Amino acid sequence: MDISGYTGLMTATVFVPAAGAVAILLLVRGDRNIRLFAVAVALADLVLSLVVFGLFDQSERADRFQLVDKFSWIPSESLKANFFLGVDGLSAPLVALTGLLGFCAIVASMHVKLRVKEYFFWLLLLQTAVMGVFSTLDLLLFFMFWELELVPMYMLISIWGSGRKEYSAMKFLIFTILGSAFMLVAIVAVFLTPELGTFDMTQLSTKGTILVSAGVLIPLSGLFWLFFVAFAIKLPTWPVHTWLPDAHTDAPTAASVMLAGVLLKMGGYGLLRINVGMFPSQTDRFAWALIALGVVSVLYGAVVTMRQTDLKRLIAFSSVSHMGLVLIGIGSVGISEGELTVTGLNGAAMQLFTHGTITGLLFLGVGLVYDKAHTRYIPDLGGLAGRMPIVAGAILLAGLASLGLPGLSGFVSELLVFLGAFRAYAWPTALAVLGIVLAAGYILWMMERAFFGPRRERFDHLTDASLVEAIPLVIMVITIVGIGFYPSLLTDVFEIGLAPMLDVLPGGG
Amino acid sequence: MSAHDLYVISPYLGMVGAALLVILLDLIVPRKGLLPIFAFLGLIAPLTLSVFQAFDLDDSLNLVKGSELLSASDPSILLNSLSVDRFALFFNFLVLAAAGLVIMASTDYVRQMDRYQGEYYGLILFSATGMMLLAAATELITIYIAVELSTMPLVALSAFMNTAKSSEAGMKFLMVGAISSALMLYGMALIYGFTGTTTLSDIAASVGNVSGDIPFGNYALLVGVVLLMVGFGFKVSSAPFQMWVPDVYEGGPTPVIAFLSVASKAAAFAILLRVFFSGFFDVSLDWAGLFAALAAASMIIGNLVAIGQTNIRRLFGYSTIAHAGYILVGMAAGVKATGADGNIPGFLSVGPDSVLFYLGAYAAANLTAFFAIIAIGNRIGSDRIEDYAGIARRSPLLAAILALALAALIGVPPTSIFIGKLYIFTAAVNADLVWLAIVGVISSVVSAYYYIRIIRVMFLQPSTTEERISAPPASWAALGIAGAAMLFIGIAPGFVLDLSKIAVGPLTP
Repeated sequence: MDISGYTGLMTATVFVPAAGAVAILLLVRGDRNIRLFAVAVALADLVLSLVVFGLFDQSERADRFQLVDKFSWIPSESLKANFFLGVDGLSAPLVALTGLLGFCAIVASMHVKLRVKEYFFWLLLLQTAVMGVFSTLDLLLFFMFWELELVPMYMLISIWGSGRKEYSAMKFLIFTILGSAFMLVAIVAVFLTPELGTFDMTQLSTKGTILVSAGVLIPLSGLFWLFFVAFAIKLPTWPVHTWLPDAHTDAPTAASVMLAGVLLKMGGYGLLRINVGMFPSQTDRFAWALIALGVVSVLYGAVVTMRQTDLKRLIAFSSVSHMGLVLIGIGSVGISEGELTVTGLNGAAMQLFTHGTITGLLFLGVGLVYDKAHTRYIPDLGGLAGRMPIVAGAILLAGLASLGLPGLSGFVSELLVFLGAFRAYAWPTALAVLGIVLAAGYILWMMERAFFGPRRERFDHLTDASLVEAIPLVIMVITIVGIGFYPSLLTDVFEIGLAPMLDVLPGGG
Repeated sequence: MSAHDLYVISPYLGMVGAALLVILLDLIVPRKGLLPIFAFLGLIAPLTLSVFQAFDLDDSLNLVKGSELLSASDPSILLNSLSVDRFALFFNFLVLAAAGLVIMASTDYVRQMDRYQGEYYGLILFSATGMMLLAAATELITIYIAVELSTMPLVALSAFMNTAKSSEAGMKFLMVGAISSALMLYGMALIYGFTGTTTLSDIAASVGNVSGDIPFGNYALLVGVVLLMVGFGFKVSSAPFQMWVPDVYEGGPTPVIAFLSVASKAAAFAILLRVFFSGFFDVSLDWAGLFAALAAASMIIGNLVAIGQTNIRRLFGYSTIAHAGYILVGMAAGVKATGADGNIPGFLSVGPDSVLFYLGAYAAANLTAFFAIIAIGNRIGSDRIEDYAGIARRSPLLAAILALALAALIGVPPTSIFIGKLYIFTAAVNADLVWLAIVGVISSVVSAYYYIRIIRVMFLQPSTTEERISAPPASWAALGIAGAAMLFIGIAPGFVLDLSKIAVGPLTP
């Protein structure tokens, strides 16, 4: 199977933000113009990403990988790589998510005064990197986009952040580079394995069957774990999560939105695309370990979240907890033969999308609170709901979605994860459900302490979100409610992408 | 000596002619500002002649042997001492490009010197001649002469400035260089003693006959090879022969160091490849082990000690040791892949050509970094990293280019060294040197710390002054060319990959 073609749509979706970034650097003058230009670029990319999602053909006879852009990039025999972009059912929704959050992050950055030109340059470059990760189908190119994301994020945290920003930025960088190093070794080993010998992810994912017994340089289980470490750091899962609370807390609002909304999803996407997609037999074999790590992450994250007093840190730790659900969903692959369904994986993929929108909204709201009240310390806050009903309402909605209230998007993904995993590992899954109970606790307690309660006079001067500030909030709210009521918009697409991955397993199909 | 012989050595003659001409013109021309132009124009002759020779060659042919100008009764007198083949020409072009760029970037620096400007350019050209000869030498005495011809001018250049540090640098360079030359000469004597010849091809033919019959035969020959290796280890600045590097890098004139770190290293690796692939390939010893040990030591020592440096040029001294280590990984892989069981099709020459590719990639990135350092250092008058604070405000473009070059030195895509490292580590894994690849990847991660520290200082720390800094047009041109090459090799590596593959053709036994 050798896919070829060139439509240019994916190339445009990936590189429009980067082109806009360069244009900002070289052509656009004046802070006001730069802001407007950045919004226009992000809007264009949002439209492109929605077009990609809309054009994705869900019919039965459609190709697995669509909208392919491919040409030879390194023709040399000893390092044969292609420029290869395209989407399948797994990546199409995530491309749309990136367009959505990228636009919201830019609109939420209108108040940035410091080094405006550089700020939007890095933010747009970051969007290209993430888009690239989700839409590339060549391992080497995947690695390039994966690395490209580092520099903008480092700059965004360390220049426009707050608190111990340089420390946090460096910690983020070191953790991720370490993970990338593992991934690079694995990519090289995959390429050098005579039976594989390619960077082409479409071929690798169909060769999943051959991989079961092939004699390889590094044993299959080794490859699986090398990739796993890289993605687990990004996800992040316990015990390599420690960079996340620091990075989140000290990052500027837009960077937090991008970080929680799409950067963490790169980890989950990598697990699904590479660990499950290319090493299904190993995923099956090590499912118990994934479940164990997932359950620990869910519970540990939830317990630690209870104790947080900084709003952003609280959301950051809740992300650790919620990302644990992704691992549990993937662990559902470990079910006994004959009963394997795509439900758990679908839940994991849904969790990526819904957590992206929910946490994105939470960070947008908290960012507004911090901008106006100049504190994120929960005991100092209180009674904000009276002064800023729109912001408080948005955070409340996101919080309820986060704890899995039916009718909102979080419920769908959590339900799917538990449905899938329960049949495989009943008791650990039951333990993880406890994490959702804890989530109800910390979300509601946070709402009560920060937003309700008696009015505080020193917050009387605060104003609610302005029109511009409300735009991203509204977009996110619509998405969350929309997915909550009409989840099959996404689950159907995810299923198309995920089902072929399981076909190669003895219990799949 | 026939006309053909003259044609064969014409690039070298042209280079020497240019050097002498620059020194002569220095006596006549009153405007010293014209000297770099003369030196630059002087490169045209050797460049043109090399281009002619490149068109006269086809696969793995050697100009000395393969021309119809030669009759069997009148063999070339160069037959055994030089091999002007595609391998040699690859290095001709590399050295010429480095020399041209260094001359361009030197103008600003040399103008501040009140004397010996002509000698400065003359010595650079003499040294370049030695390097070009070294890449073509196939006979021990020629090798020795070429090594000395390339080293001695650099020694003089290191001591060029009238400062204590510079004199110390020259002295140290001279002493360590003399000792390693002496050891190398002794090694050559031993090799001659046991094989009865000084030409590499004859040595290759007779090493097989040196057996246990002669007392200590094998071992004495090995001692000879190891002593030879000491001399080359000094030239490539690999550990444990690296003692001179940091002092010379700190004391010598920056353009000279740029030249030293790129061209001198390349030429030394050229002869290392030539000697071990055409001379001692059959010696029954695992050369890969020797190279792997040197590589690991260089990577570890270079990267670890660089962390604590406060002087940017000293830091680059350690960085160059580390990069010598990466390249030695390629050497080890090359010896191994083509040695014991090099029967994986398509990968036969992946070791040596990864060395060539890395040398090109490193030359582009390191020259870019050094040219930026020259431009910045000339304006701020300091080499201390802390004085680079706020350079991003004072010259955004210089800071951005230096940051990009530093990212390239870490090996971040899409820059030249990323592909270089990928290629070298691929070769290592392919040659069953997985441990060495892992050491390489981990030390690359470590190197990120000290390279990023410079970026951090430039972009994040405030400067004491807002005074703008800039560079003369010649320096900008050199920066632009080197930077463009760095990105070009990173984004479209196919061209240089193919060149390196063609260039190692004559080496493959």
